[in-house]
Amino acid sequence: MFLTISTSGDAQNPATDLGFLLHKHPDKAQRFSTSHGTAHVLYPEAGVERCTAALLLEVDPVALVRRGKGRGRGGAPDSALAQYVNDRPYAASSLLAVAIGSVFSSAIKGQCAARPELPERARPLRVEIPALPARGGAALVERLFAPLGWTVTARPVALDERFPEWGDSRYVSLVLDGELRLVEALRQLYVLLPVLDDAKHYWVAPDEVEKLLRFGEGWLENHPEQRLITSRYLSRRWGLTRDALDRLALARLAEADDTEADELDNAVDETADTEERPVPLAVQRRAAILDALRRSGASRVLDLGCGQGQLVGELLKDARFTEIVGVDVSIRALKEASRRLRLDRMPERQAARVALLQGSLAYTDRRLAGYDAAVLSEVVEHLDPPRLPALEYAVFGAARPATVVVTTPNVEYNVRWETLPAGHVRHADHRFEWTRKEFRDWAEKVAERHGYTVEFLPVGPDDPEVGPPTQMAVFHRRDDAGGDAGKKANSDVNDVNDVKYVNGVSGKQRGTDESAKEARTA
Amino acid sequence: MTEDRTTESRTAAESTADGRTAEERTTAEERTTGERTAEQRVTVDVPDLSLVVLVGATGSGKSTFAARHFKPTEVISSDFCRGLVSDDENDQSASKDAFEVLHYIVGKRLAAGRLTVVDATNVQSEPRKELVALAREHDVLPVAIVLDIPEDVCAARNAARPDRAALPRRVIQRHQRELRRSLRHLEREGFRKVHVLRGTARTDSAEVVRERRFNDLRHVTGPFDIVGDIHGCRSELESLLTRLGYDLVRDDAGRPVDAAHPEGRTAVFVGDLVDRGPDSPGVLRLVMGMVAAGHALCVPGNHENKLGRFLGGRQVKVAHGLAETIEQLEREAEQDPEFRERVREFIGGLVSHYVLDGGALVVCHAGLPEKYHGRTSGRVRSHALYGDTTGETDEFGLPVRYPWAEDYRGRAAVVYGHTPTPTATWLNNTICLDTGAVFGGKLTALRWPERELVDVPAERVWYEPLRPLVSEAPGGADGRPLDLADVTGRRVVETRHLGRVAVKEENAAAALEVMSRFAVEPRRLVYLPPTMAPCATSKEEGYLEHPAEAFAAYRADGVRQVVCEEKHMGSRAVVLVCRDAEVARERFGVPEGVPGAVYTRTGRPFFDDTEVATRLLERLGRCVAGAGLWEELTTDWLLLDAELMPWSLKAQGLLRNQYAAVGAASGAVFPGALAALESAAARGLDVAELLGRQRERAEDAEAFTEAYRRYCWPVGPTEGTDGDVLDGIRLAPFQILAAEGRSLATVPHDEQLAMIDRIVAEDSVAEEAGAGGSGGLLATTRRIVVDTGDEASVAEGTRWWLDLTAAGGEGMVVKPLQAYVRGEDGKLVQPGIKCRGREYLRIIYGPEYTRPENLARLRIRHLGHKRSLALREYALGLEALDRLAAGEPLWRVHEAVFAVLALESEPVDPRL
Repeated sequence: MFLTISTSGDAQNPATDLGFLLHKHPDKAQRFSTSHGTAHVLYPEAGVERCTAALLLEVDPVALVRRGKGRGRGGAPDSALAQYVNDRPYAASSLLAVAIGSVFSSAIKGQCAARPELPERARPLRVEIPALPARGGAALVERLFAPLGWTVTARPVALDERFPEWGDSRYVSLVLDGELRLVEALRQLYVLLPVLDDAKHYWVAPDEVEKLLRFGEGWLENHPEQRLITSRYLSRRWGLTRDALDRLALARLAEADDTEADELDNAVDETADTEERPVPLAVQRRAAILDALRRSGASRVLDLGCGQGQLVGELLKDARFTEIVGVDVSIRALKEASRRLRLDRMPERQAARVALLQGSLAYTDRRLAGYDAAVLSEVVEHLDPPRLPALEYAVFGAARPATVVVTTPNVEYNVRWETLPAGHVRHADHRFEWTRKEFRDWAEKVAERHGYTVEFLPVGPDDPEVGPPTQMAVFHRRDDAGGDAGKKANSDVNDVNDVKYVNGVSGKQRGTDESAKEARTA
Repeated sequence: MTEDRTTESRTAAESTADGRTAEERTTAEERTTGERTAEQRVTVDVPDLSLVVLVGATGSGKSTFAARHFKPTEVISSDFCRGLVSDDENDQSASKDAFEVLHYIVGKRLAAGRLTVVDATNVQSEPRKELVALAREHDVLPVAIVLDIPEDVCAARNAARPDRAALPRRVIQRHQRELRRSLRHLEREGFRKVHVLRGTARTDSAEVVRERRFNDLRHVTGPFDIVGDIHGCRSELESLLTRLGYDLVRDDAGRPVDAAHPEGRTAVFVGDLVDRGPDSPGVLRLVMGMVAAGHALCVPGNHENKLGRFLGGRQVKVAHGLAETIEQLEREAEQDPEFRERVREFIGGLVSHYVLDGGALVVCHAGLPEKYHGRTSGRVRSHALYGDTTGETDEFGLPVRYPWAEDYRGRAAVVYGHTPTPTATWLNNTICLDTGAVFGGKLTALRWPERELVDVPAERVWYEPLRPLVSEAPGGADGRPLDLADVTGRRVVETRHLGRVAVKEENAAAALEVMSRFAVEPRRLVYLPPTMAPCATSKEEGYLEHPAEAFAAYRADGVRQVVCEEKHMGSRAVVLVCRDAEVARERFGVPEGVPGAVYTRTGRPFFDDTEVATRLLERLGRCVAGAGLWEELTTDWLLLDAELMPWSLKAQGLLRNQYAAVGAASGAVFPGALAALESAAARGLDVAELLGRQRERAEDAEAFTEAYRRYCWPVGPTEGTDGDVLDGIRLAPFQILAAEGRSLATVPHDEQLAMIDRIVAEDSVAEEAGAGGSGGLLATTRRIVVDTGDEASVAEGTRWWLDLTAAGGEGMVVKPLQAYVRGEDGKLVQPGIKCRGREYLRIIYGPEYTRPENLARLRIRHLGHKRSLALREYALGLEALDRLAAGEPLWRVHEAVFAVLALESEPVDPRL
C-alpha cells in the first residue's frame, strides 16, 4: 500500500519544507516498524520547486492471517475472516491510516520543533493514492474530499481488463489537489481512509472515539457527510466480535461452496427496521397482523420466520397473547432477536410467555402443533418455489393452527417504488414476488387442500391500479372439514408440485442490488 | 401361562363389557395359585419386562428380597432417592421430591424396556396407583410382590439398624394395618399379577422366575414368508403358497390342511384371514393346520377378533363381511361340528404381535409404532389390531386412519396389513401387505430376510370395495417433508464403513439453515461430496504440495496401484441425470420437466435458470443413452460426481470481491510505487533492496492474476451474438456414484473412467451431428496410473503432474485405483489425496506465498483434522448411497446427507 504527498514551492518557500513538516529527511530512505509491517518513507523527488514524499507500507500477509488466529484447531486460521488472498498488502486501507498516524506522529499533531511556524501555513498539496478501496465509489470519494477544499480526481480501477464485462473494482485511483495545511491533510486521510474502506474485520483500537474527535477537529464538525463518516468510522467496532463468532459455521459452508459468506449469511439485516429506525410499511404490516390475530381470538401464537423478533416484541405488549413462539432457521437472527427483546433481562413472568426456537419450515416439526395461530410474515418469498409444498404441508398439514396469517409483497406495486429499478425484487433474497392473482391462487389452493377458509386483506395504501404494497391472507381452519386433508392424502403431495414458478424474478438478481431493499424504498 | 394368553386375547373394549378387566380375572387366578404353592417352594414369576412393585411394612425385608432376586441396577428404592435429593435416606420431609426422582428413573428404565423393581413400602394405595399408571404409560405389566411379615420381625430388624432404631413401633403397626387393608384392592388397582408372601420362611424360600413375553420371538429367525390379508380367498392362498415353494398337504376330501416348505421356511400370517371372501373356513383350516404343525405363525386381525367374540357368544354387529363367514361356518358345522370350537380356541390363542429375528422384524395386523414393540397392554393390542385412527370418519363412513408409518423411525421392519392398497411399498421401514385380494387386487407375500415381494392376482372381485383402492394410504408418501427431529441437535449417524459418526449441535444448526434456505429438495439431494485432504506438506524447495507426498502416503497404507486424475478447476457439481423428465418426476419428484438436478457441494441448485439445467441434463442424458449405459446398468438415472467449469460461473461474487479485487489493487498500486522507488534510486537514495523486493512482489501479483484468469471465461450467449446458453460451460464427470438399486461408489476408478469416457465420446458425436452448443459440453478427465512401489512409475507420475501444472492445470487428485480400500490395519484409507499445482496455490495461500520467508511459515499446517473430516464425510457419503441403493426411507438417506453438510461447517483450516 502506497501513497505520495507532494508540494510545490519556490525559493522563499521551498517545497523541501515538506521534509521539516513530516520530520523525515528528504535525502534519506527511512524505515519504521509498525504493528502491521514495515513502513518506508522516501522521496522520489526533492527539489525547491517540487518535493514528493512516498509512504510505502509493506504488509506481511502471512502474519496478517496468523494474527487473526480464529478458532480453527491446531492454531489454524479460520475461514474468510482472515484470507491469505487479501488486498491489504496493496490497497490503502485502515492499515495505511494507522501507519500515517505512527510514522508521521508529530506531523499529524501539527508539531514541528525545528520550524514551528510551518504547520500553521497552508500550502499547495497533492496527494496520490493509486489503490484506494472506496465503498461508494468515486462519487463518495468526491463527496468526502471536495467539501474539504480538495480538487478530487478519482478514477475507478477496472476489476480485470481481461474481462471488461466484470466492470469496475471497488478501488479508485485518487489524486487530491488543494491548498491546505499538511496537518489537515494527514488527519483527513487518517479518518477517511478507513471510512472509505469500510471493511469490517480489521483491528480497531479501543480508543477510536477519542481518535475521531481528535483527528476530526476542525473539519469534521461541519462536513456535510459527517453522519456517514462518523457512523462508518465507529461502526467498524460494533459487531466485530459478535459477527465474527456467529458467522463462522455459515462462513465455512459458504467457503466450501466457493461462495461469499454474505451470500448465505444474509438472514439478518441489523440496520433495518430497528426500534430507532422502523420501516413504515413494516409497522403497518405488524399492525395488520396483530389486528387479524386479535380478531381470531388467538392466545398462543407462532411467529414462523420471526427474524429479529420485531413482531414477537409487538405481541408481547398485548397480554392476550399468553404464549408467543418465535421460530427462525437462522441462529444469528434468533440471537439478534433475543438481544433486541432483552430476553435475558426480562421479568420471569413476561419471559415465560415467549420462546425462540430454531426451526425450519422445510421439515415438519412436532413442537409447532397445537397453537391457535401462526404468522408467516414476509417468509414465503424467501423460499425457492419447489420447496413451497414442504412449507405448506409443515404449516397447514402438520402444525395446523386454527388461524394462519401470511403476508408477502405484491409485485404489482413495485412500479410505485421510485427507487426500485424495473424488474427488480424488493430484497436480494426474495426468490419470487407474487402478483395479487398469483398469491390468491396459491392461498386458495392451500386452503382447499387443507380444510381452511381464506380471506385477503390489503396492507398499506390500496392503490386502485396496482393494489397494496403488501398482501395478506388470513386462513381459518374449517373444523367441520376435520383434519383429514392434512393427514391422509398423499395424493396432495403430487398436486402441490404444480405451484407456479414465478419466472422473471428467479434468483438471478439475488445478492445484487442492495438499494432495492424495502428499507430504503419505503 | 394360560392366563397370559387369555388376557392377551382380550381387548380393552371387551373387558369393560363384563365390568371386570381382564387383568382382574387373571390376577385373581394367579393369586390363588401363588398361595396354594406357597407351602413348599414358592415360585414368583414375573414377565421379563414388567414393573415389579414391592409392598411391605418398614423392616419387612424388601431391600434384602430385592437384592437377592434382582440386579442392583434394576432396583430403585425410595430411600436411595431420598438420599439423592436430601443427603438423608430417612428424611421423610424429602419424600415428595424423592418420589418424583424415583418416578423419573423408573419411567426412563421402562421406556428403555428394562424390568424395574420399586423398593418402597407402597402400603398405601395412592403411591401404588401412580406406579400402575407409570407402567401403563410405558405399556409394561405392573406386578405386586407383597411381603407380609409379622410385626415383631419387622420391629426387630429395624432395631438392628442404627438409622432406624428410633422408629416408633406404631409406624410399623400403621404400615401393617394399611397393608392388610390394601391386599384385597391390589387387583382392582391394576396389578397384572399379585404375589403374596406370608411369613419369613416363605419369603426366604421364594424364587423369582422371569417369563418370556409371548410376543417375544426374537430367537425365531426364520426365514419367513409373510402373507398379507387373505379374507377367505383360499384358492389364491393356495396359489401363493405354491409359488412361495410350499408343499400343500390335503385331507381325504382334498382340502388343504397344512403346508410345509422344503427349506424349512416359516409362513407368517398378518391376520384378516376371514370375512368377505368365498371360503373363510378353508383358509382357517389351512392356517390353523400350519400353525399347529409349527409351519406358520399367525397374528390376529380385527376380523378374527370380531369373529372370536361372536363365537364366544358376544353381541357383535354383523357387518363388513362377517355374515358370509358365519354362513360358511354354519355349512362347515354340518360336516364337522367341532370346527367352530377349534376356530374359537385358535383365535383365542393368538398373540397380537410378534417380535422376530433378533428384533429386526415385527409382524402385526395394523402396524405398530416402535415404542409398542414387545410391549403388553390394552392399547398395544388395540393398535396392533386396528391401527391408529384420528377419531374421524371419511365420506364412506370408514374411520380415518392416522398414518403412523409416516412417523415411524424404528430400526425394526414392521410388516403388516389391514389397509388395502394397490401395491405394497416400503415406507420408513414398514410395509403394508394388504393388496386387496378379496377386492380383486392381489394376494401378496414378503420374503424375509430377502425383502422380496411375491404375489398372485385375485381370481375375481370377491367383494365390492367400500372405497376405491388408492395409493394414498401407507406407502410412497415420501413427498411430504421430512421431520425436523431427524436432523437437528447433536446426532450420531451409524455408518456401515466407519461406525458411528457424530454431528455437533452447532454444526447441525448451520446445516439446517443452508439446507432449508438454499438447498434443493431432499428427494433430489441424495448425496453430498466429501471434502478431500491435501497431501502432506512438501519440503521440496519452492513447493508446498508435491506428488511425492501423495504417493508416499498410499505406499505407507499398502496401496500400490493409484490413479492420478487431473483436477479440473471449476466448481464441484453433483449431477443427477434421468432418462427423461418423467423418470425425474416419478423417482425424485423433480417438477417442471427438468430431467434431473445439478447442485453444488452444499446442495444449492447450480443454475438459477432452470433452462440451463434442463439443457445440460438433456444433453448429458443423450450421451448416457448413446453410450448404452441405461441398459448396461439397468437404470433410468445416474448420479455423477463432477466438476463444472468455468470456475467463474459459480464463484462470481468471490472473484469480484476477493480474487480479481486483489489483482486490481495490486495492478493499480505497483506501477506508481515502482516508479517512485526508481526515482528515489536515481536520486541516489539507498532503496535498491526495497526496489528489488517490490519488483518481485509485483511479479508475484501478476502471477496471481494470471493464475485465477485461467479459470475464468464467459459463458452463454454474449451480447449481440445468438449463442447458446450452454456455450462455454464444461462438465467433467469423474465418478458414477449410483444407479437404481446400486451404489457404484466402490467400483474401481479405471472402470468408472472408462464408462465416463464413453459418455464423453458421445458428446463429440452429438456435436458433430450438430446437436446444438458449440464446443463440447463434456470434458474428459486426463489420468495416469502409478505404482507407488515402483520408483520409475512414481517419477513418471511426478513428471506428469509437473507438466500438467506447468501448462496451467490446477493439479491432480491421487486415488487408490480400487476406489474403496482398507489398510492392513483394517482402517479406511483416504479415498483421494489432492496435490495442487504451485501456481494454483497462489489463489489459496496468496500471491506471495512462494517467497521463502512465507513458505517457511506456511509449511506449518495441521492436516490431522482435515484428514479425519475427509474420512468421516466419505463414510457418510457412502452411507447415503448405500441407503439409497437399499431403498431405505428418505429420512435415512437425508440423515447421512445432512450430516455431510453439517460436518462441512466444522472448523478446519479452509486452505487445506
